[in-house]
Amino acid sequence: MSGQDPVAIFRIEARDLLEQVELDLLTLAERQDDRETIDAVFRSLHTLKGSGAMFGFDALAAFTHHCETAFDRVRKGEVAASPALISAVLAARDHMRALAEGEPTEPGVEEALLDDLRRAVDGAGAAPVSTPPSAKTWRVRFSLPPETFVNGGRPLPLLDELRDLGPCEVTAVTDGVPAVEDLNPTDCRLAWDVVVTTEQPRSAIEDVFIFVIDDMTLDITEVVDEPAAQAVAEVVPDAKVAAIEPPKAANSDAPPAEGRPRVAEMLRVPAERLDELMDRVGELVIAQSRLKQVAASSSDQNLMTVSEQIEQLASELREIMMVVRMVPVGQLFGRFRRLIHDLAIETGKTINFATDGETTELDKTIIERLADPLVHLIRNAADHGLETPEQRKASGKPETGHILLAARQSGAEVVITITDDGRGVDRARVRAKAEENGLIQPGQVLTDNELLQLIFAPGFSTATAVTNLSGRGVGMDVVKKTIEGLRGAIEITSTPGQGSVVSLRIPLTLAIIDGLLVRVGASRYVIPLSSVEECVELPVEQDLRSAGRSLVTLRDQLVPFIRLRQMFNTGQEPDPHQKIVVVSTGQERVGLVVDQILGDHQTVIKPLSPFHAAVGAFSGATILGDGGVALILDIGCLVAAGQRPDAQLRAAG
Amino acid sequence: MSASILTVDDSASLRQAIKIALTGEGYAVSEAPDGQAGVSAADAGDFQLIITDLNMPVMDGLTMIRTLRGKPKHAGVPIIFLTTESDADIKAQAKAAGATGWLTKPFNPDQLITVVKKVLAK
Repeated sequence: MSGQDPVAIFRIEARDLLEQVELDLLTLAERQDDRETIDAVFRSLHTLKGSGAMFGFDALAAFTHHCETAFDRVRKGEVAASPALISAVLAARDHMRALAEGEPTEPGVEEALLDDLRRAVDGAGAAPVSTPPSAKTWRVRFSLPPETFVNGGRPLPLLDELRDLGPCEVTAVTDGVPAVEDLNPTDCRLAWDVVVTTEQPRSAIEDVFIFVIDDMTLDITEVVDEPAAQAVAEVVPDAKVAAIEPPKAANSDAPPAEGRPRVAEMLRVPAERLDELMDRVGELVIAQSRLKQVAASSSDQNLMTVSEQIEQLASELREIMMVVRMVPVGQLFGRFRRLIHDLAIETGKTINFATDGETTELDKTIIERLADPLVHLIRNAADHGLETPEQRKASGKPETGHILLAARQSGAEVVITITDDGRGVDRARVRAKAEENGLIQPGQVLTDNELLQLIFAPGFSTATAVTNLSGRGVGMDVVKKTIEGLRGAIEITSTPGQGSVVSLRIPLTLAIIDGLLVRVGASRYVIPLSSVEECVELPVEQDLRSAGRSLVTLRDQLVPFIRLRQMFNTGQEPDPHQKIVVVSTGQERVGLVVDQILGDHQTVIKPLSPFHAAVGAFSGATILGDGGVALILDIGCLVAAGQRPDAQLRAAG
Repeated sequence: MSASILTVDDSASLRQAIKIALTGEGYAVSEAPDGQAGVSAADAGDFQLIITDLNMPVMDGLTMIRTLRGKPKHAGVPIIFLTTESDADIKAQAKAAGATGWLTKPFNPDQLITVVKKVLAK
């Protein structure tokens, strides 16, 4: 980390701290008296303020100070962590984030947030968060021991600190200075008489001298305005100074809160460096497959051994690289607790939100791109899926609706499910809407699954009234597109009256995949191995028989297939022994007819140029060992095409 | 030989700022993210000065100072703590725990260097 700009580090730190604050606040919303969490919130705010001030984030530091003060009072048990207070600090947190990120903030926002905070702290909203005590004037007389200078002591910082407390009038008392012939210049013979006006308590003045007090003389008296009283020069006793509380050792010794992992062993690396490294690993894999070809065509035993070793190493390196880029999805899931908190308030529904499988890991890039689709799906579940407490009660369900967000790894994929126990998808309404939008013919016979899939059709929306929550112009079709852009798949199942389950199947990584290399005509193509179910022969007689209808029977199931040779217009005669590669996206499967299966291939995915991005059937390209290029087939697109046989021509065109 | 300094703070940006300022002056700077890690680092190393935050997870600064002062090896090592103005009477506690001095946040590198030189000169 050395050499990095502390300000840049602070920005990342602020983001982490604020994320932690949000999670802790949401925990507090459930467990008001959780001491450890209260301490954690205070500590995070405190660090944010302190470090923010260090690096010039003055507005952030000043604003955070108010929240810190509020939480200090919670910590001391003076104020309860009420739902109102938590909501106020959550809103304030968002503002802090904007300040930390340097985003523009609207004028007046800060005042409004602080007003909310004050109201939350004081209940009725009378007194401000911290009542500044009225300023008092103190007379401070002090002298330091003669050997102060020799010991490295300096009076000036003390005076500076006094000045920090408030307006100061400093007079040097020269009574103790001897005549010049007796003066030892290294002795400290001066004394000082300071009149300071400050809102701080007397203890703050004493604090200034805390590390020199043992050897010095110090006299602090309050200056009262009336001259008569001044004559008495009474030292006002300060209860706070008299009873210096012993440190709350028991409390501060508390072990770290469970579930909050120690960060000591972690190392932060900028994502770009990882991307660079990944890129190089990709190049290495390509170079290695060239080496493998060269070695295979030579008879040099040594070269072949080295080539095999390098292949092994490259494969291991690739696996390590992928693990390095993996982060637990819990980080992403945590954000949705806030969303649910806000949704519950907006919809008036009681929502119980649970997450499962937070430790499941995914490539960091994928996690970031999953955030928006998941927000949309969770909004949908809360807004359209769950019923109001009254409706639930009427249909004999518990008033609290449940939403479960779960993740688990399944082979080279991570499956994320959003489950709600709401009303389920209203089939009749979906059908009516689809007919209205011309997506299907009136009265068209559809399977239940086909009907549900209509939800993902472009321009489809079942919300009769566009609410603030779901109707943001983003439909399920955009969600589906995003997921497919990650080479993933989305499915929905739904039971009327019992709820819906939306499942996302996401590949573990985007950069390098295991692929099946096939040949169609003269060109080679890569099929992602994770979508391949099986490979079967296409017998010549079946090929001829099924010329009209492209269907093959696999263990008593009809599977539609696509002749890639036709689709890609190779213009060549097919090989006598064509193969069908059966691929699936979970629920649906389709066969791809190829001329030859060449074998598995570590595929480094290179994106297509923007010019080719519109070509639906391909998701990318890769460089082969001999320097040739193979296109990577977009399975989602091909399966969709195969399921609609009439659409084949369109896709081919 | 230039002095070795241990900086203990949960804020990575602050540690980095301290490190940059002090390595620029030729000091060797080690870091620890909390009190417990600070004690381990101090036990394992040989430091002429420890600079610590007070408010930290796992083990706070006061406990760390007390723990260090309880060990003969660290009885004489100067310890400077970092604090903000809101830590009203915490200075008293820190002194009682055995701290040598403090520095108020925010501070600039020059202030830090001045204090460090002063403490090391003693």
